[in-house]
Amino acid sequence: MYLTLVTTDLPTNSNSMEHIVILGNGISGVTAARHIRKHSDKKITIVSAETDHFFSRTALMYIYMGHMNFEHTKPYEDYFWKKNRIELVRGYVTAVEHEKKRLKFADNSLLDYDKLILAVGSKPNKFGWPGQDLEGVQGLYSYQDLENLEKNAPNNKICKHAVIVGGGLIGIELAEMLASRAIPVTFLVRESSFWNGVLPEGESAMINRHIKNHHIDLRLSSNLREIIADENGRAKAAVIDETGEEIACDIVGLTAGVSPNVAFLKDSGIELGRGIKVNRMLETNIKDIYAIGDCAEQHEPIGSRRPIEAVWYTGRMMGETVAQTICGNPTEYKPGHWFNSAKFFDIEYQTYGWVFSKPRENETHFHWKHEDDTKCITVCTKTSTGQFLGINTFGIRMRHEVFDRWLTEERSTDYVMQHLREANFDPEFYKQFESQILSSYVQQQTVNA
Amino acid sequence: MSTIQRNMSLTGDASNYLNPTQKIATVIGLAGLGIIVFSLFHEFANQALWLTLSLLAIGGGIVLFAKGSYSGKLEGIKNHGVWIKSISSRGFWGWVAGISLTGFYVILYFYEGLLGANPDGNTGIVGLFDPLSRFLSGNPASQWFVYGTLYTVAILAFGIKFIWKYRHNRYEQLRTVSVMFFQTAFAFLIPELMARLNSDSFSLPYNDLKNMWPLNYYAFDGWRVDQFINAETIGIAFLVFAVLSVFVISPILTYKYGKRWYCSWVCGCGGLAETAGDSFRQLSDKRMVAWKVERWVIHSVLVFSVVMTTAVVSTYLGYDSEKYWLTKDMFLIGVAVFLGLLFAVIWYYKREELAKDARYGAIGYLVIVLGLIAIHYFSNNQLFLFEAGDLRSFYGFLIGAVFSGVIGTGFYPIFGNRVWCRMGCPMAGILGIQQRLFSKFRITTNGGQCISCGNCSTYCEMGIDVRSYAQKGENIVRASCVGCGICSAVCPRGVLKLENGPLEGRIDGNQVLLGNDVDLMSLVNEK
Repeated sequence: MYLTLVTTDLPTNSNSMEHIVILGNGISGVTAARHIRKHSDKKITIVSAETDHFFSRTALMYIYMGHMNFEHTKPYEDYFWKKNRIELVRGYVTAVEHEKKRLKFADNSLLDYDKLILAVGSKPNKFGWPGQDLEGVQGLYSYQDLENLEKNAPNNKICKHAVIVGGGLIGIELAEMLASRAIPVTFLVRESSFWNGVLPEGESAMINRHIKNHHIDLRLSSNLREIIADENGRAKAAVIDETGEEIACDIVGLTAGVSPNVAFLKDSGIELGRGIKVNRMLETNIKDIYAIGDCAEQHEPIGSRRPIEAVWYTGRMMGETVAQTICGNPTEYKPGHWFNSAKFFDIEYQTYGWVFSKPRENETHFHWKHEDDTKCITVCTKTSTGQFLGINTFGIRMRHEVFDRWLTEERSTDYVMQHLREANFDPEFYKQFESQILSSYVQQQTVNA
Repeated sequence: MSTIQRNMSLTGDASNYLNPTQKIATVIGLAGLGIIVFSLFHEFANQALWLTLSLLAIGGGIVLFAKGSYSGKLEGIKNHGVWIKSISSRGFWGWVAGISLTGFYVILYFYEGLLGANPDGNTGIVGLFDPLSRFLSGNPASQWFVYGTLYTVAILAFGIKFIWKYRHNRYEQLRTVSVMFFQTAFAFLIPELMARLNSDSFSLPYNDLKNMWPLNYYAFDGWRVDQFINAETIGIAFLVFAVLSVFVISPILTYKYGKRWYCSWVCGCGGLAETAGDSFRQLSDKRMVAWKVERWVIHSVLVFSVVMTTAVVSTYLGYDSEKYWLTKDMFLIGVAVFLGLLFAVIWYYKREELAKDARYGAIGYLVIVLGLIAIHYFSNNQLFLFEAGDLRSFYGFLIGAVFSGVIGTGFYPIFGNRVWCRMGCPMAGILGIQQRLFSKFRITTNGGQCISCGNCSTYCEMGIDVRSYAQKGENIVRASCVGCGICSAVCPRGVLKLENGPLEGRIDGNQVLLGNDVDLMSLVNEK
């Protein structure tokens, strides 16, 4: 108490004592905090309702599968925060009062800020399905979701069958998780082929087969009609809309995408779209309030990127960018060439540049697939000029740095295919497929000519 | 933070159950061990038969268990339930295994009589192994023969299990075949067979060619050197090879490939750790404090082993000077000059990189030189209060037996499988310094693809926090890395690759590409 009094009475150097409050301790918020600390002496507070310490959300699946403990998913040891003078506050914020520059918590306590960074992430989508709020129905996004999953599906005695609704990245992860505990899974996918809004046909079909090889009951072109409750209000079955089939189950996983977690900002005066509207400086319409990561929505999309990008590395980049701005070096968010990665059961996926599920106007796709049905690539070319636009690669690792350079240099696809070996990133002694890919490419070129 | 209590579940966990094949395999393997234990109380009439049965049952049980675990499953990472099963997460069975192994090592090193070792005729377990020993070398078995045989069986059987587990990964398969070969041929068969050459007029010491000083701390003991010299051409050749491997062969290979060429492709300790110890790699301590302890302990052992070896060698050079062309003083001066030059070269080329570490290096060097001076002045073969021989025994007891055996291997299920390699092995210490300073080896980070999940750090047996580099886009160049390649294998996003490349830009973290526009990266990289 005494200490607090003294510090508030002292004349403060407004710049160094400026209080930056970051709402959300995910990758975006934590990156922002780390970089603000790197560049300044400001007071930094991170607020989270989810966990005391930062953890890697993408690793939640590995905790359930027993590959790691929660501790292993923390990128920084617990002493890190104190050492770097980053204060951590555990609490649930219910309102942002920007006129008074303060946050209001669920227990009615308050926290003043000078600058506020909103890094509040997403929440799982629900589309008004009957029964979507029953016991035993859940998404997979937060640490609390993981705890629920441990309760709802600890093993295949308590959870005899699972239904997953929504064929995206989280859906297939949840299927892999449940399968790791020998729980039979029915996987309802609205599209006619897994993730085919993003993946070209050949790749999507290969992943369909891989999912089935893992003994997942994959149901394509299948929507959820409703979830039926038992007498205790717990989910006991899911009904498929197209066929009316009722699938008995003990858990329903809702994994039909995520959307920005912005409901609590409805009356805050901060401009919202689907997410929190920001300009290229990541500023909201209200002075001294910024938004980064999954919850931020660009007024204008950047290049072919979506206005909201719920991707790990974009959160990290926005954190770095906003830290520059806050530390007196106004910087625009300028993501470079698009890239991303994922893993579908045993098949790794990487993408560099743009490959859309169907070639857009003036685009051509080249597809190669290995006979073992676990490796393939798709390359997108600008038809008129032969310029390389992007590559999807499955089961073969490629170098980010090389593709980034080739995209910047606007290389032709001919060049890329001839130099593909330079981009190979598979472990030593792995079989290489570049010559096979090249001859298949040349063959196709000849046919087209 | 509430942690998830899996063990509260009344029904247990399905992924934790053994399937029928694994159950049968467990029975067969334990029966094999049972035969060995039973031989303590009962002398088999046909020892050769029972020993064969026992070894086949142990090896076969392990391989069958691997079949139960991996066959019929798709290729890929097989870490389901590692932190759920008690054997691999310091649970009940982990402690049972740790205590049993430790007990075995204590008996092996200090109470070999309990195993039935007896110069006047073996009984018990050692007796059971007599037929095999006579078949190979013509001599009765010793407790070390028993140990060597079981060690080899373990590397072979668990090696097959490891290859099965990583059947999608040729790097892992090839290096496992390599350690299986070096263990069976170089550490086990060749020395045993060479013992057949020994006669009253000719004798070579037991010599595992790949076991280099200072891991092999007795490599230059007087009696060994004498035997080599007496064995003339072939003995001298072995002696020259031993010296060359320390000063020429190993630095060249480490420069080209990193210390992995030895630690995870050749070494017997590494071989056991990578095969039998694979189930425990995730137990290594990743904390910063563990890294600090590691650097002090391993380099202290290295200094200790250099001083001890110098003292031992100078002792026999001193009292038997007419036998050797090298005199004690020449040797001591030679060691001092060599280390002085080595330190000067490192200081000259790497002083910016080293910063604080250089001071520790200087301290180590100073300790050794003071040791040399002490050896010189205590002409009655005493170093401080110890005789050189006592120093050698003390080292053998503390480092050779307690550290590498009892703690290093016995505690696999508690501290992880590479505790000895990480904290204690002086050989790994030397190779590590070479790897850090003069080597083309590094683990490359793939731009901005890292999602900080932590699989790489969790499964690093050396306790390196791989993620802390990968998430910054920095290459990993660490003295302790043995290049097992598992971080790269378990990475779900294809971020890590073991490579030998140009020295230029090897450690450079500023070339990173985290996906940002270039001018932001230059700002981020400003220190």
